[in-house]
Amino acid sequence: MADESPSRRLTYREALREGLREALQNDPKVFLMGEDVGRYGGCYAVTKSLLAEFGEERIRDTPLSESAFVGAGIGAALGGMRPIVEIMTVNFSLLALDQIVNNAATLCHMSGGQCPVPVVIRMATGAGRQLAAQHSHSLEGWYAHIPGLRIVAPATLEDARGMLGAALRCPDPVLIFEHIALLNVEGELPERAVQVDIDHAAIRRPGRDITVLTYGASLSKCLEAAAQLSAQGIELEVVDLRTLRPLDDALIVESVRRTHRALIVDEGWRSGSLSAEIGMRIVEQAFFDLDAPIARVCTAEVPIPYPRHLEEAALPSVAQIVAAAAGLVAHES
Amino acid sequence: MSREFLMPSLGADMEAGTLVQWRVQPGSRVRRGDVVALVETEKGIIDIESFEDGVVERLSVQPGTRVPVGTALAFFEGEASAVPPAGGAQPVQVAPEPAPALAKAPGVPTMPPREPPPARALRVSPAARARASALGVDVATVQGTGPHGVITLQDVERTAASVSAPARPAAPAAPAQPAVARVGMRNAIAASMSRSKREIPHYYLQLAMDFDPAARWLETFNESRPVPERVLTAVLLIKAAALAAAEKPGFNGYFGASGFTPSASVHMGVAIALRGGGLVAPAILDADRKPLPVLMHELQDLVGRVRAGHMRSSEISSATLTVTSLGDEGTDVIYPVIYPPQVAIVGFGAVLERPWVVEGRIEVRPVLNLTLAADHRVTDGRQGAQFLARIRDWLTRPAEL
Repeated sequence: MADESPSRRLTYREALREGLREALQNDPKVFLMGEDVGRYGGCYAVTKSLLAEFGEERIRDTPLSESAFVGAGIGAALGGMRPIVEIMTVNFSLLALDQIVNNAATLCHMSGGQCPVPVVIRMATGAGRQLAAQHSHSLEGWYAHIPGLRIVAPATLEDARGMLGAALRCPDPVLIFEHIALLNVEGELPERAVQVDIDHAAIRRPGRDITVLTYGASLSKCLEAAAQLSAQGIELEVVDLRTLRPLDDALIVESVRRTHRALIVDEGWRSGSLSAEIGMRIVEQAFFDLDAPIARVCTAEVPIPYPRHLEEAALPSVAQIVAAAAGLVAHES
Repeated sequence: MSREFLMPSLGADMEAGTLVQWRVQPGSRVRRGDVVALVETEKGIIDIESFEDGVVERLSVQPGTRVPVGTALAFFEGEASAVPPAGGAQPVQVAPEPAPALAKAPGVPTMPPREPPPARALRVSPAARARASALGVDVATVQGTGPHGVITLQDVERTAASVSAPARPAAPAAPAQPAVARVGMRNAIAASMSRSKREIPHYYLQLAMDFDPAARWLETFNESRPVPERVLTAVLLIKAAALAAAEKPGFNGYFGASGFTPSASVHMGVAIALRGGGLVAPAILDADRKPLPVLMHELQDLVGRVRAGHMRSSEISSATLTVTSLGDEGTDVIYPVIYPPQVAIVGFGAVLERPWVVEGRIEVRPVLNLTLAADHRVTDGRQGAQFLARIRDWLTRPAEL
């Protein structure tokens, strides 16, 4: 990653936009469509200014019908295009579940590989902006249940810019989950884009005591918890899952075998969840390496509340992560 | 004051055993060394001996019951205790309190302080259990310091590091599977041999010797004796190896977390193949100090009991060195694998007629191949060569055995 090109200070939102711009520049078959992505610049302003740069043919505003425009995207992909479909939030994507689960995920398999669906669907996910229970949920774990889909969650600026390109190169439908709490996060990013993969998890902070498995906006909370616990002599290894389907079992298991402890931090609910799946895989593959029960910090099992204090109380917090991690190495003498 | 008679640990990995049969009843007087019960483990059925004298007060586990190591199987009356047990004795004590009532009773000699291993179901993390097995640590001896007192990896490693001289070698065994004893034994062999090859840097030496003097001497020795008292070649080999081991302590003892601990006694493990498959290596205690006829008797007794499935708990876990022979099968040379935590094993091939140079001429002689597999962490080849040479010397002068 030691890129020699100079780096600049960008937001996650700008990194997403750079990824879109590069994709549109690199391949004439790429186009973007979704609600308010053109004239309005996207409900989260990710696509701002792209209409002026690329024109109405390639930046297309759609009617308010998720089922229709996701279906159109699937059709375009079947027809040889490389569509990028933006859905405002994961909550609204449920209106397009039939298109995503019954068509996008299946057609390649039902046609014996003759009809791949290389559509890319971007959507906002997560809570933290007081948008209440119909705009704040983290349902990426549901999509991670579906064979035929690839599910990714960029948590860093580099992935925000780079994962789109990898998704477009992938022959399967790829769903990109962009956490709304990350949009304004700033960081350094080299001017020249670095290619990233959508196959592997990444260790964002190495540590010897506990493997913390997380993704999306929870990554920064875990890194903050790791910094606090390091002062107490507890070293967390923070793993950014990056790709939620397929999970990078090899890295997860390798890390847990080293640390002998696992903590899963997921903004999704715990019941029937991605965190449950990860925990089970650890049990299946690394049971005899575990020195403590697997722990989880997840969102409280309530629809995300609107009031700020309740929303904060419902979501995984740095304090909860610190407490859960410390509990795994607690000593009684 | 009752004393608990606990399900013993007969190996680092033994978690539980099935009580097969009682050999005592309430009221039976028991002497140290008496067989109290038969317990089934993956090594087969083991005769469990008492380590103390006493009178059986009551039995608390029924035959056929599988109980964890450390569970009270029976209660003995104290040797001189005049105090009846206060209330109902708790069969399972998590943390035995000192008995204050006893101290108050005038004229009652206090019992020697005794710390039974914790009889609760041990909470051991999977990683700690695996590590304990690899290190030969009995988890029942580990103090858990994890959340809720769970025994963690660190606790096991701390215990392993602090064990200076294992009082009893850990006989490695696989997780208990008494329902399928053969599978259990295969697992036990797999676990200990894998551990041996993983942890012990073996070196091998081989020495061929003219067995003529020993064979002739034994023939004469046996001629004058009735058949039941005759001594087999195997006994000469055991005795010669035991005497050499007593002289060369680097081959007799245990390798633990703190390194090698030589043993003052030579308890000679004898590898015995079972007819249905499998292998055990129980010990003949103090083999270097017993005359040949005694050794012969003990070997016969041992083989008979092993094949009938009646080993004693003290025999299966006390060997300080092992000998093995495949001579019956006609194998010239055997390259054995050390049984951890021991540090050496001596192999004897078949005694076969071979050309042998005697004073510049080739003669036909009975030739025996001795082999040594030894732990390079403890000894080097030169010491190993001397050890093998000592065994040869003893076998060359059989009258002194």
